[in-house]
Amino acid sequence: MAVQKLPIAKAINESLRTALESDPKVLVMGEDVGKLGGVFRVTDGLQKDFGEDRVIDTPLAESGIVGTAIGLALRGYRPVVEIQFDGFVFPAYDQIVTQLAKMHARALGKVKVPVVVRIPYGGGIGAVEHHSESPEALFAHVAGLKVVTPSNSSDAYWMLQQAIQSDDPVIFFEPKRRYWDKGEVDTEAVPGDLHKAVVAREGTDVTLVAYGPMVKVCLEAAAAAQEEGKSIEVLDLRSISPVDFDAVQRSAEKTRRVVVVHEAPVFLGSGAEIAARITERCFYHLEAPVLRVGGYHAPYPPARLEEEYLPGLDRVLDAVDRSLAY
Amino acid sequence: MTVDSADSTAAAQEAQPPRKRAAAKKSAKKSTGTTAAKGRPELVQLMTPEGKRVKNAAYDKYVTDITDDALRDLYRDMVMARRFDAEAVTLQRQGELGLWPSLLGQEAAQVGSGRATREDDYVFPTYREHGVAWCRGVDPTKLLGMFRGVNNGGWDPNSNNFQLYTIVIGSQALHATGYAMGVAKDGADSAVVAYFGDGASSQGDVAEAFTFSAVYNAPVVFFCQNNQWAISEPTEKQTRVPLYQRAQGYGFPGVRVDGNDVLAVLAVTRWALERARNGEGPTLVEAFTYRMGAHTTSDDPTKYRADEERASWEAKDPILRLRTYLEAQTDTDEGFFAELDAEAEALGKRVRDAVRAMPDPDHMAIFENVYADGHALVDEERAQFAAYQASFAEEGA
Repeated sequence: MAVQKLPIAKAINESLRTALESDPKVLVMGEDVGKLGGVFRVTDGLQKDFGEDRVIDTPLAESGIVGTAIGLALRGYRPVVEIQFDGFVFPAYDQIVTQLAKMHARALGKVKVPVVVRIPYGGGIGAVEHHSESPEALFAHVAGLKVVTPSNSSDAYWMLQQAIQSDDPVIFFEPKRRYWDKGEVDTEAVPGDLHKAVVAREGTDVTLVAYGPMVKVCLEAAAAAQEEGKSIEVLDLRSISPVDFDAVQRSAEKTRRVVVVHEAPVFLGSGAEIAARITERCFYHLEAPVLRVGGYHAPYPPARLEEEYLPGLDRVLDAVDRSLAY
Repeated sequence: MTVDSADSTAAAQEAQPPRKRAAAKKSAKKSTGTTAAKGRPELVQLMTPEGKRVKNAAYDKYVTDITDDALRDLYRDMVMARRFDAEAVTLQRQGELGLWPSLLGQEAAQVGSGRATREDDYVFPTYREHGVAWCRGVDPTKLLGMFRGVNNGGWDPNSNNFQLYTIVIGSQALHATGYAMGVAKDGADSAVVAYFGDGASSQGDVAEAFTFSAVYNAPVVFFCQNNQWAISEPTEKQTRVPLYQRAQGYGFPGVRVDGNDVLAVLAVTRWALERARNGEGPTLVEAFTYRMGAHTTSDDPTKYRADEERASWEAKDPILRLRTYLEAQTDTDEGFFAELDAEAEALGKRVRDAVRAMPDPDHMAIFENVYADGHALVDEERAQFAAYQASFAEEGA
């Protein structure tokens, strides 16, 4: 049965399983990934089936997880490491930025470090501090890293395998509040390019550019706007480094109005880069300035306030109205 | 004699039976220099600063193959490493290199440990391991590219199993540990050596490397060159206990060796590598030595340390020590030293010429090897940069 309906977490699990089966050099590493199957059960059952040598429970030390993964990659392995939550990646940030990202260049291409760093990210699950952040821009800013994030089960399944097959380090952000959302996965399909954006919904009036957890919000906003007679296009970016600017440009030239939506703070976020590029590439096509909807320049708030902080349907629709008002 | 931090561990006891330890202690007491200082941790030492061979029950067996010829080879390695280093310092002073971290004084620690490694072992250096690179067969001129500013590393780490220099302190201890975990997974009997300094021992990455290596029983030797200074910070600012004793808390043995005694370093590193190969896991070797020069050519050690301190270490010079021994205890004639001097001078000239002939990289090198599989933004910026460069050619034409 090639087509299955799977929640994102299960799709990732299946993806890891396939990767472990097809390449003996693939390893899964992280805190609690073994018996427990990860705090979100994303790695559930993998250690049982592939053994402690392939699915490795690690000491509680993020720099150590990434640093040893680098060493394993230098030895010819393909480690897929799990950082338990977004806000816990910073102890490993040094290894990711100063070592993982730069080793290939430092060695003039003579070594490859195909490490995948999986990070469940984003808010909306009522968690405590450090469990709901969206630090993707901090990684996308670093040359040598690739940064991707799926928004649905099919992409979760395929993009992770493509990330594992990539000879470059890939930061794989998983939208944790969508882990339980189900979608169809065709395990025999031919996947698209890992770094190409996809039009998730066609429209003609305004383009919403989104990725990861915000794609669903934007699709819902587009559906709501349709009831008001507005035709909204939703572009799922999928890749944050590199960004598929050609796809962004095509959509921007088509609808002439763009709103970029992400959970991360707006200031110096990926939306800023996208807005700037649109201005450079298709200034004369625009009917309105590119608007951004996202988090505030404040620490991620306590759970009782996160619905105010996170872009929801109303904030996205408000931005659509502002764009159309120009 | 050995000072084994992990006295209580089975591995350590096996490596140094108590009876032998006592015997070794007795012989060490006869020696002078650092080993005899009361109340301080003692060092494994096989040759005194005066060039006298001392017996060591625990470690002599690791150097039984070291003939006079082999000693002369070690001497040659140290002289060549020092000559190379001196040339690099000079080249920096002449403006040919942007920076240079001198190894002066650490030749024995590097050559002794470097020569202990086998071809299939893998070395993860920091940025001062020029002597280790020499032992691994890395062309010394390759080490200069990053300091001249033509690349950020530039040699193929897999050619000599010698990783690129790591500038962020202590990062490579984790890479070495991960690599060693891979070696173990492969079922190979190679070992891995991670070099770092006393300053790096304060870094979290080194602590995490200790944890990971112990938990996974990784075949890695942590080789700490305690050269007493982390730029201007003395070892007392890094630790309240002798560094080799750190290993105890992680559950593997640590040993302090006289880092200026090439024979002792060779023996101790061979012991540690043997443990790794036998599946006995990691070892911490603290080579107690001294950086005679500056941290790098950018700092000024006269501002932070006393002249007398350097003078006291000059008396323990690793090269002088072995030379005294070779002259007094072997049939090494003057011709050997003269030939070696000429060879070292030739190396100096080769290095000098190579640096001066080193071309600046092509402008487009900025965009090369950023990614293995390519990246759209890099492609776009490369094209923009090329067009911009070409516009000057058009103007000139």
